[in-house]
Amino acid sequence: MYEHDVIVVGAGGAGLRAAVAADEAGADVALVSKLHPVRSHTGAAEGGINAALQEGDDWELHAYDTMKGSDYLGDAPAVETLAQDAPEDTMRLEHWGMPFSREEDGTVSQRPFGGLSYPRTTYAGAETGHHLLHTMYEQVVKRGIEVYDEWYVMDLAVTDEDDPNDRECHGVVAYDVQSGKIEGFKANRGVVLAAGGPGQAFDHTTNAVSCTGDGHAMAYRAGVPLEDMEFIQFHPTSLPSTGVLISEGVRGEGGILYNNEGERFMFEYGYANNSGELASRDVVARAELTEVNEGRGVKDEYVHLDMRHLGEERIMDRLENILHLAEDFEGVDGLIEPMPVKPGQHYAMGGIETDENGQTCIDGLYAAGECACVSVHGGNRLGGNALPELIVFGKRAGYQAAGKDLGEPEIQTGYGDDVEDETETELPVQPGAAGLDTSDSVAADGGVTADAEGVLEQTVERTRQRVDRLMDKDDGVQHSEIRQKLQNAMTDYVNVFRTEDGIKKALRIIRECREEYQDVYVDDPSRTFNTDLQQTIETRNLIDVAETIALGALVRNEFRGAHWRQENQVRDDENWLKHTLISWDDGEPKIFYRPVILEGEDKTYEPKERSY
Amino acid sequence: MSTQQQQPETQEAPEDPEMKGAESPVDEKEKEGGDIDQQTTPEPELEGETVHIKVFRYDPEVEGKQEPRFDDFHVPFKKGMTVLDAVMYARDTYDSSLTFRHSCRQAVCGSDAFFVNGKQRLGCKTQIADLEQPIRIEPLPHQEVVKDLVVDMDHFYDQMHTVEPYFQNEDTPDASDLEEQRQSRENREKVKMSTRCIWCGACMSSCNIAAGDNEYLGPAAINKAYKFAMDDREPEDVKEHRLRILEQEHGVWRCQTQFSCTEVCPKDIPLTEHIQELKREAVKKNLKFW
Ligand SMILES: Cc1cc2nc3c(=O)[nH]c(=O)nc-3n(C[C@H](O)[C@H](O)[C@H](O)COP(=O)(O)OP(=O)(O)OC[C@H]3O[C@@H](n4cnc5c(N)ncnc54)[C@H](O)[C@@H]3O)c2cc1C
Ligand code: SF4
Ligand code: FES
Repeated sequence: MYEHDVIVVGAGGAGLRAAVAADEAGADVALVSKLHPVRSHTGAAEGGINAALQEGDDWELHAYDTMKGSDYLGDAPAVETLAQDAPEDTMRLEHWGMPFSREEDGTVSQRPFGGLSYPRTTYAGAETGHHLLHTMYEQVVKRGIEVYDEWYVMDLAVTDEDDPNDRECHGVVAYDVQSGKIEGFKANRGVVLAAGGPGQAFDHTTNAVSCTGDGHAMAYRAGVPLEDMEFIQFHPTSLPSTGVLISEGVRGEGGILYNNEGERFMFEYGYANNSGELASRDVVARAELTEVNEGRGVKDEYVHLDMRHLGEERIMDRLENILHLAEDFEGVDGLIEPMPVKPGQHYAMGGIETDENGQTCIDGLYAAGECACVSVHGGNRLGGNALPELIVFGKRAGYQAAGKDLGEPEIQTGYGDDVEDETETELPVQPGAAGLDTSDSVAADGGVTADAEGVLEQTVERTRQRVDRLMDKDDGVQHSEIRQKLQNAMTDYVNVFRTEDGIKKALRIIRECREEYQDVYVDDPSRTFNTDLQQTIETRNLIDVAETIALGALVRNEFRGAHWRQENQVRDDENWLKHTLISWDDGEPKIFYRPVILEGEDKTYEPKERSY
Repeated sequence: MSTQQQQPETQEAPEDPEMKGAESPVDEKEKEGGDIDQQTTPEPELEGETVHIKVFRYDPEVEGKQEPRFDDFHVPFKKGMTVLDAVMYARDTYDSSLTFRHSCRQAVCGSDAFFVNGKQRLGCKTQIADLEQPIRIEPLPHQEVVKDLVVDMDHFYDQMHTVEPYFQNEDTPDASDLEEQRQSRENREKVKMSTRCIWCGACMSSCNIAAGDNEYLGPAAINKAYKFAMDDREPEDVKEHRLRILEQEHGVWRCQTQFSCTEVCPKDIPLTEHIQELKREAVKKNLKFW
């Protein structure tokens, strides 16, 4: 068994920042990560970090833009904290040596980004995330913070009180990927989950293979509600074969979208008569999919993004990296042919419910980064707002877990007096593990264990048994089959177009996946670097997370931010200025709502139309 | 175990019909898009065919895999397919025990440097269509093999950590309205390429010197030091301290400018040039102080 004051699960931007903060606050902290820190998906972010740094800009403007972008589903205390802290935390990165792009006078550069009223996106070339990740890792090395890399965290050690609000988290259980050894990690002060996004729940995503929602699933099964999971951002221009992102820059420079008949469909079919290709992400993504669904897609799959008319010179000057991406990952030369693109899952606005200090409803359990929902992004994240979230709330969660007092939070968490139960929606099938998970099934995992005494030991024991069961089983279904089926269902039915019937179909398929998972087995008999085993466990997590996304999408019958419903294509402020919360109640998802907080420090954000 | 000593005989995979994988060609329903543009390039010849890959296999624990061998897989070709796509397909379709690191699929995480047709390359950044078949995919040479294509990266990380890979300036001010340190565009441009390293280890694996001298810092670590040493935001005395680390016996002077690291670096970092420049800096410093 290992023992530290604070255990941080995940070593992307959020986890690294949390670890440094906990260290600063005097705690003995360790990072436990299934990837070596520099492999984390934060490294893929290109665009930049929003922070009101300049004279003429103001944190209040940043907060206002974020609130508007969220379609009024962000909580004001979180949004304001983000906007207030981002400048200092961005400057801190600069003092840690991050190579930001520079102006003539040597100050850091900022550029305009969609939805921002001021050019406040601070960037480091087209590799902002890469530099943020490496700079943070350098600080971890400098401080000698212990890193357990290639350790896969399987479970949380949480006590078993009836009410999740009374539970405590005492550590985590992880296995060493290289040797297969399973060990407990005792956390004397707290556990911070920073395990990243759940993009792999979808068939086509800009997210890494490692983005499997493990943090979400572990917290969920321990009793923490997942918040606003239905809000998934889809990016309209990702490469079809890999999901690699082609940045908005191409359309910004004048790139044109064509269907298979060579029509400029954004105008031709009236999807966006004013802004055309530059309409917001969700509008363009839906237009592309409509084209494909109506038989005007190329190979029934994608559309073309053409930049040839810009001329070689301009392309080389401004979009050279796009040429490389198309060439390296799709085998297409953007100078002589149009690039294939289609919508891809990109970002999850929802996640593990926390307050503005990163605290969940379970004592000693914190979350930060894309896996958490504080919530700053509400219904829709603005480009450049995720990276500041990592450093601002990663820092806060790290401090809080280490015992530094950040003051009383304004945001409430967990099931309590201020929530409203979901009563109306009819579910097509029984969701959750009910009737399936018995303690001796291969799927049994997570949830709560015992009282504080011995909770970690018992969780370790349970985890070992589960792995043994998975390894001992000789035949059955392989995880890749189930995972593919799940991903297809999500991409077919819980994509940019959402209909009641479609979502219900998805829920039925998810149920089938769950049933099939009862018969899952791991073919690779080796304990050494068994990725078959790891992916099998991840697949279970994806099932739980996908189900919450689909449930959220089903109950929220309105169009807000990135969530569109055919049956009610308007934002319904009367009924829906509230967060969707789903918690795992003894294996059965319980759905409830908590009102959004629009009252800020000294003003109230009045919902306005989200038009740009 | 090191790939250095073993160049195992190619062993054909068992004649398991499944292994052949010569299944139906991709996407029967593929419908040609209308005449969008006269200029679209013709589909490459490989479309609809299968690709033959030979993948190195080894597992210290599993009988039959303790002796390294090569397995053959035939994978349906798709336009844009990379080496990583091919091994992922083989794993997900034919043999779930096929093991390799990968994550981002877009050349930023540095997980999947393999030895492909005799050269260090990133799997996700290497187009199948550009390679001779059968394509041999092996773990990085000169590193311990953990299993299949996975090598032990600890030595690489240790070397990276040796050069004190973190920014060193006067203490970061604590004030809440921090101001940035100024840096000229020229200076930012100077360190630009060096900051792109993704820790993939391809350079180290390609380097003869590193193969012979286990303590040699290696191109990636020296490049990491370059990034700080050339950054004007670090004070002069720190730069000297860095040069001293680099000058030691197993530092920059070991490099014999063979350029193999520069050739394989997937991020096009001019590693050899950076090492040369540091040698010159070290000479200058010594002239000054001796
Ligand atoms: C292509 C792309 C471009 C983007 N561009 C921008 C941008 O320009 N600006 C912006 O603000 N945002 C951008 N984003 C969003 C932003 O990059 C991400 O939301 C953010 O980096 C997530 O960081 P994280 O620290 O939460 O997670 P990650 O960086 O994904 O890290 C997750 C960590 O958790 C670990 N982990 C996961 N599961 C386990 C487990 N079971 N056990 C142990 N460890 C585990 C992983 O090893 C990893 O270290 C972009 C996203 C993508 C995909
Ligand atoms: S210098 Fe290039 S080859 Fe070497 S580790 Fe870095 S990215 Fe890889
Ligand atoms: S998978 Fe990340 S670099 Fe290839």
